[in-house]
Amino acid sequence: MKKIAPTLIVAAIAVLPLLGLSTYILHVLILTIMWSVIGMAWNLLGGFCGQVSFGHAAFFGVGAYTSGILYNKFGISAWWGMPASIGVVAVFALFIGFITLRLRGPFFALGTLAVGVILRVTAENLPDVTEGNLGIMIRERSWVDKTWYFYIILTLAVLVFLLVKKVVGSRLGYYFVAIREDQDAAESLGINTTYYKTIALCLSAVITGLAGAFYTNYMGYIDPKVVFALHDISIVVIMVVMVGGVATFWGPVVGSAIMVLLAELIRSIPMLGAAHLTFFGVLLIVIIIFLPNGIIGDIPKLKRLLGIRKNL
Amino acid sequence: MFYGDVQVVWDVSFSVGRGEIAALIGANGAGKSTILKTISGIVKPAGGKIIFDGKEIQHIEPYELIETGLAHVPEARRLFVEMTAEENLDMGSLKGNAKKMRADSKAMVFELFPRLKERRNQLAGTLSGGEQQMLAIGRGLMSKPTLIMFDEPSLGLAPILVRDIFAVIKKVRAEGTTVLIVEQNVKQTLAIADRAYVLATGKLVMEGTGASLLDDEHVKTAYLGV
Repeated sequence: MKKIAPTLIVAAIAVLPLLGLSTYILHVLILTIMWSVIGMAWNLLGGFCGQVSFGHAAFFGVGAYTSGILYNKFGISAWWGMPASIGVVAVFALFIGFITLRLRGPFFALGTLAVGVILRVTAENLPDVTEGNLGIMIRERSWVDKTWYFYIILTLAVLVFLLVKKVVGSRLGYYFVAIREDQDAAESLGINTTYYKTIALCLSAVITGLAGAFYTNYMGYIDPKVVFALHDISIVVIMVVMVGGVATFWGPVVGSAIMVLLAELIRSIPMLGAAHLTFFGVLLIVIIIFLPNGIIGDIPKLKRLLGIRKNL
Repeated sequence: MFYGDVQVVWDVSFSVGRGEIAALIGANGAGKSTILKTISGIVKPAGGKIIFDGKEIQHIEPYELIETGLAHVPEARRLFVEMTAEENLDMGSLKGNAKKMRADSKAMVFELFPRLKERRNQLAGTLSGGEQQMLAIGRGLMSKPTLIMFDEPSLGLAPILVRDIFAVIKKVRAEGTTVLIVEQNVKQTLAIADRAYVLATGKLVMEGTGASLLDDEHVKTAYLGV
């Protein structure tokens, strides 16, 4: 059962568009899947390798702008942004890693936080390249219907899920965990920690960038405030993983479902919509107090809290 | 002939002969752990040389050092608590020859510490303090070192376990591995040490064989409290 469960879940999700769901519900599903991709990416670096990034919007934004600029400046379909972003984001992540991965723990977090902000300000002030605050509009949308977007992001999510599983189960995954648990000990046992942290960062960044490039194609409009957002991307991705379960495979998926639904729910409440960050904050406090390992990480505890016990 | 010579920032110079148990003793903050960290490359020396097996090693990256045959069992064990005991041992033999010999080394470690064999599939973080120390030593031995450095192996252990750990250190040496040990447990350390150095506020103040220091009046009053 445990072995086929993931296949069943994916199959169940894959038939959803065939049920004639409303465009809005399909939109929420697409956002959920996109966030689980970003969550899985963050989790690889932050959860498994222990390098907590507060600047994943930087990679998301670079991916998104790769797509946007290819379309806007070179007249190429923005879909080419997805393969192109792999290379662009990888080079960018190598550069960022070279600077920030010398830092440890909270200092790395602060360094990445700065990277995100620097990129937003840069994008705002380079109108020749990015159109500045006007943003980039994709005028010819590929499809009006959302079904294809749904299957594209679902395919990406499945591939990323399998990749993360493969990486974590490999030698690389052990090195990541060793670095998370004790970097000095890992180093003295012969692990080139800088090298492996760079690999984790690049993998995580490239996946996040792919989601960014998808976002450009899907939403059809990007501007620096949206794709380099500190609160709405860098922080939300941390919440997605924390709520779902740090260093678990399904955590980011569960976390993104909860976060996206919660955001949509709060937005629908009149007068309170703008206060969604307040609700996120409250949720984070509750999670940290009661489920410090996230929903997936604390399943046994959750069962106990809900009064479900195994029959003795 | 093996000859180790360490010179650290405060003009500390000492050597460890092949097959010996050498000890560095001294009070808290004397710089003992820093010396070990410098040898294993985690702390970069401001100057001086570290010669191991005839080669200068102060410029070697810490992750490459293990292949020269030097292992460091760090203070407070520093295990990977969310990995199993066996995975921790595997992490001790990631490279070269140690990797090829992994199965043999593991059998040797399990023979030395039967407890670890029983607990091989348990998460390291759930082991008792004594078992964790055994695992840390085992992980160090997995790299098939010619020199193994122990930083405070008796830290936080019950007296009976401390005795076991010292017995194991003697056994390790008997099997041909050179030992450098840093300890605050002066009495038991000197009892097994062939050569010992006393460190006070970053300077070497005394050296001699373990037995001679054990009889020394200054050592007695300052470190043994007799």
